[in-house]
Amino acid sequence: MSDAVKRILENYPNAHRDSLIPILQEVQEEQGYLSRDVIVTIGEYLNLPASKIYGVATFYNQFRFKPIGTYHIQVCRGTACHVKGSARVLDAIKRELKIEPNETTRDGMFSLEVVACIGACGLAPVISINGEFFAGVEPEKIKGILNTFRKKGTEHGKS
Amino acid sequence: MITIEVNNRKIQANSGESVLTVLKREGIRVPTLCHLPDLFPTGACRLCVVEIEGYDGLVPSCAFQVADGMKIHTHTPRAIRARKTIIELLLANHPDDCLYCVRNGDCDLQDLAEELGVRERRYTGAKNDYKVDTSSPSIVRDQAKCILCGKCVRVCEEIQGVSAIDFIGRGSGMYVGPAFNEGMNISSCINCGQCIVVCPTGALRERSSIKEVLDAIDNREKFVVVQHAPSVSVTLGEEFGIKPGNDVLGIMTAAMRRIGFARVFDTSFSADLTIMEEASELVERLNNGGKMPLMTSCSPGWIKFVETFYPEFIDNISSCKSPQQMMGALIKSYYAEREGIDPKNIYSVAIMPCTAKKFEADRPELIHNGIADIDAVLTTRELARIIKLRGLDIRNMEPEGNDSPFGERSSAGKLFGVTGGVMEAAVRTAHYMITGKEMEEYTIKDLRGLDGIKETKVIINGMELGLAAVSGLGNARKLLDQIRNGRNDIHFIEVMACPGGCIAGGGQPLAINKAAIKARMKSLYDIDQSAPVRTSHSNKYIKRLYDEFLGKPLGKKSHHLLHTKYQKRDVLK
Ligand code: SF4
Ligand code: SF4
Ligand code: SF4
Ligand code: FES
Ligand code: FES
Repeated sequence: MSDAVKRILENYPNAHRDSLIPILQEVQEEQGYLSRDVIVTIGEYLNLPASKIYGVATFYNQFRFKPIGTYHIQVCRGTACHVKGSARVLDAIKRELKIEPNETTRDGMFSLEVVACIGACGLAPVISINGEFFAGVEPEKIKGILNTFRKKGTEHGKS
Repeated sequence: MITIEVNNRKIQANSGESVLTVLKREGIRVPTLCHLPDLFPTGACRLCVVEIEGYDGLVPSCAFQVADGMKIHTHTPRAIRARKTIIELLLANHPDDCLYCVRNGDCDLQDLAEELGVRERRYTGAKNDYKVDTSSPSIVRDQAKCILCGKCVRVCEEIQGVSAIDFIGRGSGMYVGPAFNEGMNISSCINCGQCIVVCPTGALRERSSIKEVLDAIDNREKFVVVQHAPSVSVTLGEEFGIKPGNDVLGIMTAAMRRIGFARVFDTSFSADLTIMEEASELVERLNNGGKMPLMTSCSPGWIKFVETFYPEFIDNISSCKSPQQMMGALIKSYYAEREGIDPKNIYSVAIMPCTAKKFEADRPELIHNGIADIDAVLTTRELARIIKLRGLDIRNMEPEGNDSPFGERSSAGKLFGVTGGVMEAAVRTAHYMITGKEMEEYTIKDLRGLDGIKETKVIINGMELGLAAVSGLGNARKLLDQIRNGRNDIHFIEVMACPGGCIAGGGQPLAINKAAIKARMKSLYDIDQSAPVRTSHSNKYIKRLYDEFLGKPLGKKSHHLLHTKYQKRDVLK
């Protein structure tokens, strides 16, 4: 178990079921996702079966179970972006990458997250990839954008 | 006693009872999908709704208590319509698969659709594209057929204390599965099959070995033998509409021969052998201060449970192989030698009440140089399917006997089919081994019946022995925790993974109703009561086996063929 996780658990002496969600949140904050090992560790600590923890964690949209990808895509679903068609943008990304929000592609290249307003409403609809904003994205452009990153990532991987 | 009114008829009821309990007793059938008799109601499916005067909405009868003067209406147009709509909604994303489904003809969902007159698809939901999980040697999980009733989850957690599976995700994407949606084979599942027994649909079923067995029978090179577990003869009949508890041993044996098995052996015989070895082990541990309490080893789900959750007790478990595996080992050694058959050409099948037996047969310790003790395990349900497939009318068959030399059992071996039975059988023989005398009364009343934990003391030669018979692994947890915390007045513990023992095993006909299980139990007790030979050590075929081949209990040959070891398991728990 990583020291970071140990430290988090130490902050919850005599913890029981009720502490599960806050612990999961803190661990995800720290590690970016909930690994298999971490779930087992938390389970042993709280005396809860892994299936139960996984069940609870998957009930909420906020948890992810794989490390984020080389490129982390955030799709804004705030009101302004929504009005400008962010749902279709999200669909296009899902189709292109064959993953759902909070998942990571098999090759580890992309991960996807849906976020609330990221404060760039003037540019709606907005997506951000590793912090880089793309303004006024249309579903048709998604393929192109992702391909640029894919190329970059592959070349990067080779060197 | 209180008085209530059901469908305008006055009825007596006990306060505190659920409406459903009273209706059942009165013979009024209200359908249920999520109800489990001994567990707290969840009210999840709402199929059991009724109208109660003074209440606006429909009320789930499983989760609602009767009160004095209550006026209940069970089959009003409104209640029936509500039930029908629920079924229609459940069918909205259900695969139209009945013709190809193992549960065709034995499915609660199908029955209810029929009963409520569902004749068209009124709702269509998006279908999920789940993959069928066939990773486990025992359990197949087909989520497309799951109606999310939650019974499997609750049995696994509340009865078995395992929690291998749970609800995962939410909304329309919700499903039931193990953590990380990985295969059942790497979950903490101990293969008991109790989830199958409660599943109202074909979403959970056993991993079938029917095809392998029929192929082996068709293969001229193979000498295909079969053994049947003690409980199978008192449950199989139910699959053919015979009243629960009827012992169909003779016609079952006849049917097995017609199917094409070259020899039919009785696992109760090797249960007698297990008793010889296990009672010797008990006596040996008592005399030489071995690890106590001794725990039985015939239930493979229980073994896996200890290996997974309580590895510190591994050395408490008897090293005896289960009767299935003892028989398997004997068939491919003693019997093969005697008959001059190359063990490689023997295909050994076991008919078991149990899905965990499939897992057991696959354990690497029980396969030597590529030769497995057992080649295939079929559940009672699978045997029934083969009998039907072969068009055999067992109700009109002449009974036949088992084959020698593994066909004659004592009734002690037969008792392996019910919780407490192994212990009774073992005590009979241990008493004889210690004192040289038979017990005055063989039956130990305290060890009989369906209670989950039964305890008693017996005195043998002035020595007091604490005995406990446990069934249902949730109960085993309770007892193991007590021992972990220092309890030390128990010397011998029998555990069967399934509540009630093998008669209610995960491979048995799908009646979870208590009455059927009681009838199965009674049948085994009756067999014992009227048997001419009631102890394993007086089975003369067992004596002969030791004389001719094995030597003595716990001897070199026994050690090699009849004993095994266990391992700690690191799985996702
Ligand atoms: S589970 Fe029942 S309703 Fe569904 S396909 Fe099988 S038999 Fe038909
Ligand atoms: S087979 Fe037993 S342990 Fe495995 S999931 Fe089903 S109920 Fe749980
Ligand atoms: S698998 Fe069967 S028992 Fe489990 S929730 Fe689904 S339908 Fe119910
Ligand atoms: S709504 Fe998308 S940036 Fe504000
Ligand atoms: S049986 Fe009553 S709600 Fe399901």
